[in-house]
Amino acid sequence: MSSFDADHHRVELQVNGEQRTVRVRAAETLLYTLRHHLGLTGCKPGCNNGDCGACTILVDSQPMKSCLMLTVEAWGKQITTIEGLMGTDVQRAFAENQAFQCGYCTPGFIMNCEGLRRVHPHANEETVRVWLESNICRCTSYEEIHRAVKDVFTLHTDKGRNL
Amino acid sequence: MIPFDFEYYHPSTIQMAVDLYQHLHEQGKRPLYYAGGTEIITFARANSIQPGAVIDLKSIPECNVLAMQKDMLIIGACVTLSALSEANPFPLLSRAAQGVADQTARNKITLGGNISGRIHYREAVLPLLLANGRMVIAGTHGIRVTSIHQVFNQELRLAGGEFIVQVQIDRDYISLPFAYFKKREIGHVGYPLVTLAAFRINHEIRTAYSGVCAFPFRSAEIDEALNDSSLPLAARIELAIGHLPAPLLDNVEGSPAYREFVLKQTMADAVHTLERR
Ligand SMILES: Cc1cc2nc3c(=O)[nH]c(=O)nc-3n(C[C@H](O)[C@H](O)[C@H](O)COP(=O)(O)OP(=O)(O)OC[C@H]3O[C@@H](n4cnc5c(N)ncnc54)[C@H](O)[C@@H]3O)c2cc1C
Ligand code: FES
Ligand code: FES
Repeated sequence: MSSFDADHHRVELQVNGEQRTVRVRAAETLLYTLRHHLGLTGCKPGCNNGDCGACTILVDSQPMKSCLMLTVEAWGKQITTIEGLMGTDVQRAFAENQAFQCGYCTPGFIMNCEGLRRVHPHANEETVRVWLESNICRCTSYEEIHRAVKDVFTLHTDKGRNL
Repeated sequence: MIPFDFEYYHPSTIQMAVDLYQHLHEQGKRPLYYAGGTEIITFARANSIQPGAVIDLKSIPECNVLAMQKDMLIIGACVTLSALSEANPFPLLSRAAQGVADQTARNKITLGGNISGRIHYREAVLPLLLANGRMVIAGTHGIRVTSIHQVFNQELRLAGGEFIVQVQIDRDYISLPFAYFKKREIGHVGYPLVTLAAFRINHEIRTAYSGVCAFPFRSAEIDEALNDSSLPLAARIELAIGHLPAPLLDNVEGSPAYREFVLKQTMADAVHTLERR
């Protein structure tokens, strides 16, 4: 990261496999940069306060609330947004189970679930429950979301990779 | 969006961090040490703090240690709460960490940030108060190691420019029988009505609380009352409640009367759990 002056920085980001360079205020959140500098509007601003999970992305494969991270902190890290996923099992399971109504929370839920698959490929029911608590769906599609996530992990059971 | 600018620094050594703080302070920049940044970002967005500069501690190797060294567990101040629970070197602390915020937020919230934060709860402090944790603190005079009881009284009280580098816990405390209850108004995520952490040590119960008053605390008087075996449990709890260090918290999570009701039940739960173990 190079510094123009101490409150503005040129930051090199690895986003969805591509190197991107942005010039940002040090006080800018990653959520803002992704949406307004890079046009990646899949991460949604909800509460902007760390409560709802709509802005969830993966940072080095771990789910992070992008409203709780400064862009300058993401220097050198691998960032994945919903735009970086292509037909994953998680996306398919959400579509097949119609795990959304308005869809605003969906990218956040999918990114969290994708992170869970990467960090705990053999997650049990309790781990799934704990991780899903990080996201809120104001349309209350919880039943369908839970079914979608369960499908993802059961699919892996059938392939003998899980449980 | 944070409505003002601040400068951002990420020193890679303890000395650089201390020197930077001193320098920025002398320039009138009201610097803040920055760890997970979750409280700084959310408070700054609401304009309730206005640091002119933040000093990110996460690149300092000593702040990221998580290791058993001889008879001491060492936890770097920048270790995240989810990393702490995952590694599980101190089960009571893992339980407390796992109760804070939610899993994704815990990927960012650090142990040092939770201890040093401004919100009432700071639940990760409770196991450290019970285990007489030691704080490794850096400042302009170098490094000092001191008991948590010397620097944590209602809140962390450090001299200007000091920061927590590490927390040390004696091995003897790590595997003691414990009880941990976090009771919320509703659901599994959110701030507590009452959080109670307890150990059983030498046939006595030792307790610490969050959500009860406006700060986390441990009280010798409360523990003495709860351990008074000459009294029935209900009387011990009544006596213990008389020793609360401040008025019961009154906020959106619950009224003082409701909190007192939940607190009494939680004390009974803790005593029953630990007497059975
Ligand atoms: C969504 C959400 C839910 C939450 N729920 C809970 C909850 O249920 N229970 C609970 O206890 N807390 C909860 N919190 C609060 C959170 O744990 C605290 O705000 C904590 O301070 C955040 O840690 P951080 O590492 O992000 O701190 P930062 O934002 O980096 O810093 C917070 C403060 O601590 C200071 N600081 C940080 N590290 C150090 C250090 N090593 N030495 C000295 N000073 C330091 C900073 O200068 C700043 O003043 C929640 C927070 C969020 C965002
Ligand atoms: S917008 Fe980030 S958690 Fe709600
Ligand atoms: S589908 Fe509308 S918020 Fe979840």
